[in-house]
Amino acid sequence: MATKVVMEALSPTMEEGRLVEWKKQEGEPVAVGDVLAEVETDKAVMELVARAGGTLLKHMVEAGATVPVSEPVAVIGEPGEDGGATTGAGKANGQRTTETMRPQPAQAQGTQPAPDRTQPTSMPPAPPAGAASESSRSPAQQGATASRTPTVAPPAPGTRVKASPLARRIAAERGLDLGGVAGTGPEGRIVARDLESAGPSAQSAAVISLPSAKRPPVSTEAPYTDVPLTQIRKTIARRLAQSIGPIPTFYLTSEVDMERVWEAREALSTGQRGGQEIKVSFNDIVIKAVAMALRQHPACNAWWQDDHIRYWNEVHVSMAVAVEEGLITPVIRHTDQKRLQEIAREAKDLAGRARERRLRPEEYTGGTFSVSNLGMLDIDEFTAVINPPEAGILAIGRIVQKPVAEADRVALRRRMRMTMSCDHRVIDGATGAQFLQTLKRMLENPLALIW
Amino acid sequence: MANTFDVIIVGGGPAGYVCAIRSAQLGLATAVIERDKLGGVCVNIGCIPTKALLHSAYVANVVSHDAKELGVEVGPVKTDYGVAMRRSRRVSEQNSKGVEFLMKKHKVAVLKGSGVLGPNRTVRVGKEEYQARKALVIATGSRVKGIPQIGLEIDKNAVISSDEALFLEKPPATLAIVGAGAVGCEFADIFNAFGTKVTLIEVLPRILPLEDAEASDTVTKSYKKRGIAVRAGVKVKKATVAKDKVSLELDSNGKSECIEAEKVLMAAGRAVNTENLGLKEAGVQLTDRGFIKVNPATLETSAPGVYAIGDVAGPPMLAHKGSREGVVVAELVAGHHPQPIMYDNVPSVTYCHPEVASIGMTEDQAKERKLDYQVGRFPFSANGRARTANETEGFVKIIRDKKYGEILGAHIVGSHASEMIHELAVARQNEYTVEEVDLAIHAHPTLSEAIAEAALDSLGRVIHI
Repeated sequence: MATKVVMEALSPTMEEGRLVEWKKQEGEPVAVGDVLAEVETDKAVMELVARAGGTLLKHMVEAGATVPVSEPVAVIGEPGEDGGATTGAGKANGQRTTETMRPQPAQAQGTQPAPDRTQPTSMPPAPPAGAASESSRSPAQQGATASRTPTVAPPAPGTRVKASPLARRIAAERGLDLGGVAGTGPEGRIVARDLESAGPSAQSAAVISLPSAKRPPVSTEAPYTDVPLTQIRKTIARRLAQSIGPIPTFYLTSEVDMERVWEAREALSTGQRGGQEIKVSFNDIVIKAVAMALRQHPACNAWWQDDHIRYWNEVHVSMAVAVEEGLITPVIRHTDQKRLQEIAREAKDLAGRARERRLRPEEYTGGTFSVSNLGMLDIDEFTAVINPPEAGILAIGRIVQKPVAEADRVALRRRMRMTMSCDHRVIDGATGAQFLQTLKRMLENPLALIW
Repeated sequence: MANTFDVIIVGGGPAGYVCAIRSAQLGLATAVIERDKLGGVCVNIGCIPTKALLHSAYVANVVSHDAKELGVEVGPVKTDYGVAMRRSRRVSEQNSKGVEFLMKKHKVAVLKGSGVLGPNRTVRVGKEEYQARKALVIATGSRVKGIPQIGLEIDKNAVISSDEALFLEKPPATLAIVGAGAVGCEFADIFNAFGTKVTLIEVLPRILPLEDAEASDTVTKSYKKRGIAVRAGVKVKKATVAKDKVSLELDSNGKSECIEAEKVLMAAGRAVNTENLGLKEAGVQLTDRGFIKVNPATLETSAPGVYAIGDVAGPPMLAHKGSREGVVVAELVAGHHPQPIMYDNVPSVTYCHPEVASIGMTEDQAKERKLDYQVGRFPFSANGRARTANETEGFVKIIRDKKYGEILGAHIVGSHASEMIHELAVARQNEYTVEEVDLAIHAHPTLSEAIAEAALDSLGRVIHI
């Protein structure tokens, strides 16, 4: 019996994946658990493993193709099995699946007479992404799609959402993007109960605002260059829109004297015996101080959950890491309970693997507060966008020597500006300010961290 | 081992036998323990035979009251309850045989006798002990009960239950029915059609107290027109049982009165079969109300690997709810991830004439919860198909959430209401709003058009009224 291999949902928010590379070629034997291919999800590059053993009879998609979750990508069968018949069957099945799935958005919209109702519930189709994925389909399929949906542009596959009419109406009313909601109905269909806990910030988030390091390629001939959206860029766009839109954010800035942290770090670094100890960065110290300050101000260590606020008893600090295509926020769990050495080691490991895009989903979800640092890029101060459902994020600027009034004279001191973005639905002005004051005191007198 | 199965189910009613079939389909070695006939109360002394009798009652009413107007002269009408009863028994017999066949077809072992649970998923039937490897499922159902406190103990002679009513050779001349839920209302309908003088007594302010108040009103009017004495808001204080008659002392709003009837039919609630089952030994706990305590998501009891489904697992005590629980437990045990049961989307049907079928909230419940709702109504008197059939009693009523259009509840009173409610069950299960219901084109002329019209009425756009 031939088994179809389907694109699996490899991250909580994944709706489609780009097949980066086949690791098993047609004709190769495969065992259960073997890596068949590398798949780029909206967050990372992950492995698609075999759920059945046998021989890989057929690749149903080429490397580079973008495939919606649960659509077939390959066929595994018995070594002696008639390849032609099996692959024929596999292909036919695949096409049938594709064809039955394609018209669905059109039907769904067809049942929604008022166009204004569907609009807010799904992201507008992104033309480049749509074009890119359409080109990976056969011309016949494109034709079929076009002829079936003459008036309604098919949403890009990445934004196709299965949801009940009621869920769509509730989402439209509340301004929720269903693309970020995990469905629990049949075949992952989003039903009303899935929206009960979904705020505008339903998912544990992976992104915050940082400029992308990579610039689009400059062309000398055309007036512009269209660059297809990558999975991570799509997610960033969706998540940021979600964040800046519905979250009533306010900002608090405080300047901290970093002389003592500087001295302490210098002293401890020179005293290091090398070997297992690694160098602790200023950012590591800020992360630790944030965690300790959150312990004293649990009101800032919380998630907005739409109909309730979840105050966390554990402290998990997310740290923004710029990666080639954007950014991601790996989480240092139980940050408050870890030594600086442990934080430094973990931060280094997570950041490294984030850049290689080798983070597992559980490593970049579940943070309770975020820290973003652009000091190394000479930024004095900035505001960061909240990483929902977290309620706060701290943006750290560079440490710079500047003249400061000190007991009737001017002294040169190392100073650092930090700006906290607060979700006002969770954190009030004074609450945020008190947290920031504690943090400032800790950094100005590092002994306070263990007081 | 011959006495070991993956799944053992105690009770072969609609919850148990469906659980058995689904388990067998999923490749589990399955056994059902049944002390009486397969199919349980539903097939043998419940749903099925009563519906057979109700059909006889329906035909009796049509030929007595409608035939002449429809151009069919049948002469003087004579009814014979004994004939109707024996036909209902044949139908039950066929259905029970059908379940037996299904057990064979799916290679489910049927163990005859009463199951008594022991520890660690063991169960004893007579002298044999059986071991369930994966799951022991309790599906022992429920039975009728009397009210001995006021002198109404079921004596199977003057004070009877549905169990006896289903086997009477002759209808009583007079019958008092205590309890006007589905069972009470259905028997009132049956015996009225067979010439009995029926008094239907309900302690709550209206008959069919769980249904929407408008449904109760419509059935009350229809019953009164047919000569059934409907006494709602009336309490039976005391009963005196003689050999061939019963005197009931009634209290209605503080006023006492006494009525007599040849027989009293007890239709006030049911007791679950949890006695002599070895529940204590198995570590299975009960709720305060006497049902078996289960985790609502998995239907697992306080004893690991022991499940409860159907009436014993709690209300609503309906065959179709039990069957679904049986399917869900089988799938859970087989390692599947079945969709959770929507207990607020179990249809409720009373097969009296006109039939009453409903799903979701009543209007009173919507009001109590202070929901912002809009009611849509459509009477069958304005429906073409209902007029052609001369069956214009009743209505369709849809309660729509104003903000999102959700169908909070739907109530149908009328001929074939039991068949029509499922359109709204499907709609609610899939979270369609009233607009999707309207958008689906309804064939003309059909009774179901009334559903689309009620949906439209809730939007202020009704066409045919």
